[in-house]
Amino acid sequence: MPEQLFQFLLTGITVGSLYALVGLGFALIYNASDVVNFAQGEFVMLGAMLTIALLGAGLPLPLAALAATGLTVLVGLLLERFAIEPALGAPVVSTIIITIGAAIFLRGAALLLWGKDFHRLPAFSGDAPIQLGSATLLPQSLWVLGGTALLVLGVRFFFERTRPGKALLACSYNRTAAQLVGINVRVMLRLAYGLSAGLGALAGILIAPITFSSYEAGVMLGLKGFSAAIVGGMGNPMGAVVGGLLLGVLESLGAGLISSGYKDAIAFLFVLMVLFFEPTGLFGHKVAERV
Amino acid sequence: MRLAGFYGFAALVVLLPLLFPNDYFVIVVGASAGLHAILAVGLNLLVGYAGQISLGHAAFFGMGAYASAILTTRFGWPGLLALLAGLLVAGLLAWLLARPILRLRGHYLAMATLGFGVIVHVILVQATDWTGGPDGLSGIPPLNLSGWTVEGDLQWYGVIAAAMLLAIWLSLNLVDSQIGRALRAVHGSEFAAQMMGIDTASAKTRVFVVSALFAAFAGSLFAHQQAFVSPDSFNLAVSVELVTMVVLGGIASTFGAACGAIALTLLRQGLVVFEDYEMLIHGALLMAVMIFLPQGLFVGLGQALRTGLRRCGLGRRRDRHRSLSTAGVQDPGSPP
Repeated sequence: MPEQLFQFLLTGITVGSLYALVGLGFALIYNASDVVNFAQGEFVMLGAMLTIALLGAGLPLPLAALAATGLTVLVGLLLERFAIEPALGAPVVSTIIITIGAAIFLRGAALLLWGKDFHRLPAFSGDAPIQLGSATLLPQSLWVLGGTALLVLGVRFFFERTRPGKALLACSYNRTAAQLVGINVRVMLRLAYGLSAGLGALAGILIAPITFSSYEAGVMLGLKGFSAAIVGGMGNPMGAVVGGLLLGVLESLGAGLISSGYKDAIAFLFVLMVLFFEPTGLFGHKVAERV
Repeated sequence: MRLAGFYGFAALVVLLPLLFPNDYFVIVVGASAGLHAILAVGLNLLVGYAGQISLGHAAFFGMGAYASAILTTRFGWPGLLALLAGLLVAGLLAWLLARPILRLRGHYLAMATLGFGVIVHVILVQATDWTGGPDGLSGIPPLNLSGWTVEGDLQWYGVIAAAMLLAIWLSLNLVDSQIGRALRAVHGSEFAAQMMGIDTASAKTRVFVVSALFAAFAGSLFAHQQAFVSPDSFNLAVSVELVTMVVLGGIASTFGAACGAIALTLLRQGLVVFEDYEMLIHGALLMAVMIFLPQGLFVGLGQALRTGLRRCGLGRRRDRHRSLSTAGVQDPGSPP
């Protein structure tokens, strides 16, 4: 039993890192624009599918991954420019429907481009499992874990040490005040969408060799990423990372020990429980309502 | 004359099948639109009037449908009794969930309702012994209303149209009652509503239960009309579509919600001919309507029409106090 637990834990952390990356994207965009971007999962799908397509066109993997990330960033910027900017300040319901519309649109485009089939990206460094005691680990999982760690540290560095990062943070505290001290809020908004699309694409590329990808692959991932961001407290990037890891581990334990069919129900039950006791997430700010 | 719009709409609903008794679009698609209208009108009470978002409303729709399906096929209950049982189950669950869930705000509320919807959907898929799993349940007997068995597309159109008109009439009256005014106050500002002496928690609970009842009612009718239910009819996409109907028609307007439901049903039906392009067009249209007509089709177009008439010196002058946009006011964010 303990050996099995270790295996579930390993799987959970791998999946959890993915949720963490997607959740990080949610938090970035929420910070910059107060919008929950339901198309975040589609960025993940696009990153994976574009890499597979470019690889098929004969590009080497690193170049294909780079180009796919670049293209996804472009999609993120277009989304911001043509769908979010015109609707800034709209009620929550409207922005949710706009981003859900964008998600359906991107899914529709992927369906036209690549059909309904599942596609697989070859693993970066072989498929031979690594033996860790009684548990096994795919080499790709190491890529996922390492990649996530690097990206999370990168995001932290960006916010704490760089000027654009601090400016973005200022926008999330108070957009009007940020504008008054000379920060170009519009540019920051684009930066957030580009960054979050890029993060999503990279997450998709890292996980595609493990999970396969299809035009619908982003739906559940998007929801789990949103859950991660909510559990961590909306708008708290590091909270989203912790939330994602927690969610991944719980889901994997639930699937292994209780029932794999109820995996998603267990994950969302956990989210509901967190919200019932901490209505603004584990690390969220208590916000006072203004009349 | 408060209900003049209602009588006009009712006349239209009755006249349509008389004019086109064999038209697929009127009878079959119309019945489907009617069911959606019941759902949207109920959801509108919650989303439009009380300002609480729900991305899990398909769960209550599914509960009504599955209660009817399971009780009539496996236990041989009469349809009406099963319908009442479905209402009871959905209403009870809504009542239990209302307080913890509706304490949440904005995106947290969206998450919680979404999670609830996913959980119910997973149960419908997984509890194979009861629900038949992903394949669903078939062979649901036709609805029997004290001796009269509802059969055929035209009769179903009639039953659903009547149910829809009842739902709209109930909603119109509810909105104009003291409860409706309390809800609108909650929408404006919950804190201010509390200051005015409104028990906001129980106001929200009540409207959540009522909208769940509307959905379960539509679910029971749906199960009997289709004679078949499967989890796919009650997934997240359906919940999202229901919210879209409410917002598409124009939030906080009963007729807006009904029109949104009818418009989206017709649109989806019309888009089927585009096959693989359907998704692309559907997504683009959703975005376009929300960006260019943020108040929704019905309310937005109605307002544009009124302004147009006023410009020509026609029409009544009606000043509406719109709440100030809160776009400029920021909540303090949180550090990363």
